[in-house]
Amino acid sequence: MLFKNRHVISMKDFSREEIDHVLDTAEKLEPVARGEERSRLLDGKIVSLLFFEPSTRTRLSFEAATQRLGGQALNLGSVEASSVMKGENLADTIRVISKYADLIVLRHPLDGSARMAAEFASVPVINGGDGSVHHPTQTFLDLYTIRRESHLEDLRIAMAGDLKYGRTVHSLCHALSLYGAEMTFVSPPELRMPPEIVRDLKKQKIRVKETDSLEEIIGDVEVLYMTRVQRERFPDPEEYEKVKNRLKVTGDLLKAADPELKVLHPLPRVNEIAPEVDATPHACYFEQAFYGVPIRMALLALAMGVIE
Amino acid sequence: MKEKRDLKIQAIENGTVIDHITAGQALNVLRILRISSAFRATVSFVMNAPGARGKKDVVKIEGKELSVEELNRIALISPKATINIIRDFEVVQKNKVVLPSYVEGVVRCMNSNCISNSSEPIKSKFSVLRTEEEGVSLHCLYCEHVISEEIAENLL
Repeated sequence: MLFKNRHVISMKDFSREEIDHVLDTAEKLEPVARGEERSRLLDGKIVSLLFFEPSTRTRLSFEAATQRLGGQALNLGSVEASSVMKGENLADTIRVISKYADLIVLRHPLDGSARMAAEFASVPVINGGDGSVHHPTQTFLDLYTIRRESHLEDLRIAMAGDLKYGRTVHSLCHALSLYGAEMTFVSPPELRMPPEIVRDLKKQKIRVKETDSLEEIIGDVEVLYMTRVQRERFPDPEEYEKVKNRLKVTGDLLKAADPELKVLHPLPRVNEIAPEVDATPHACYFEQAFYGVPIRMALLALAMGVIE
Repeated sequence: MKEKRDLKIQAIENGTVIDHITAGQALNVLRILRISSAFRATVSFVMNAPGARGKKDVVKIEGKELSVEELNRIALISPKATINIIRDFEVVQKNKVVLPSYVEGVVRCMNSNCISNSSEPIKSKFSVLRTEEEGVSLHCLYCEHVISEEIAENLL
């Protein structure tokens, strides 16, 4: 399996075997991610973090992943202090940074920016989120969390919240379809999963169910993936007020859940998971955030060819 | 009657005749072929000409044989068009347009947030798919947005 110099742009670029290989590599690196073992795998390597919009978790976990492997992270800093303010286009920025670093992690507000960056880069590009399209390292870490905390094969999973605009759930649907998952989509009618995604899943013979009630499905699933209902998506604030608390995971709700149920969330959360859930064995979202480190270590090491 | 109809567009000595264009699409065919006021060859066209299978448009380009690649782009907006290469008043080659699997710099992505609509030094790129249910659709290779019904409106 050839990963050296490979770009990581979209989950759709990866086969199930390749995804498994990334997850296996992350598992081997987990003691290093936890600081229990030392590694010099990226000794002498420079990773450039080009973040054109803020993202605390993604940027810091890439920095942590680089440093845990003994590499150096080169940060763009604020966009306001960069050549972008002088009018430099992204293509030129990528060509220049390719001369300074061994790998580029890009986060950019325009859709498709990572795909374009890969055309101009002479080093591997990892997509740290482009517009509202892809965030593959989030999907890899979601899959890793599910594999570590539950199981991937034939999983019964519910995804709840803003399924219309949430890029994380869109990529996750595609990836989980490779593992034969049974998916339930829980959302207010205004925020349902895009019909083309549901249609694609059904074409692949994936069992799909749609509802607007967590109570209805909580006893039937092994993983509940919550997402934030995003206030900024509602043109009418009153409409947001109507739905913002409709899907909420509470201690009471979880009384009807499978004892092995794991609750995931890409974070940040607002109202959708009550604080009392944090102390239950169902809560997995903070560990999920940690799993971003071994996953990003694996992708860095594979793309730079220091691990095969 | 036949003679009168033929008067609408005279036969050409050498060049390309694009026939059976979907009625009303002739101007879009000119756009897709990048035929503008700077184009030097003689171009004539008829819109809504009565044909055996209903109305159609026809475009004739004199003294110029266009490449198959550029002509096939016409299939995006007029899948039943035919291409006739004329030499010395004779049709020496007659083909149907073939839908290309990929087009670059022909159509604008409808997603205003797509990188291909920014000032970056790139052209729009689409893979072209055709399905029984949905007809021709273009899939942006940058942002993955799909254009199906509005292709003609988004020609560059």
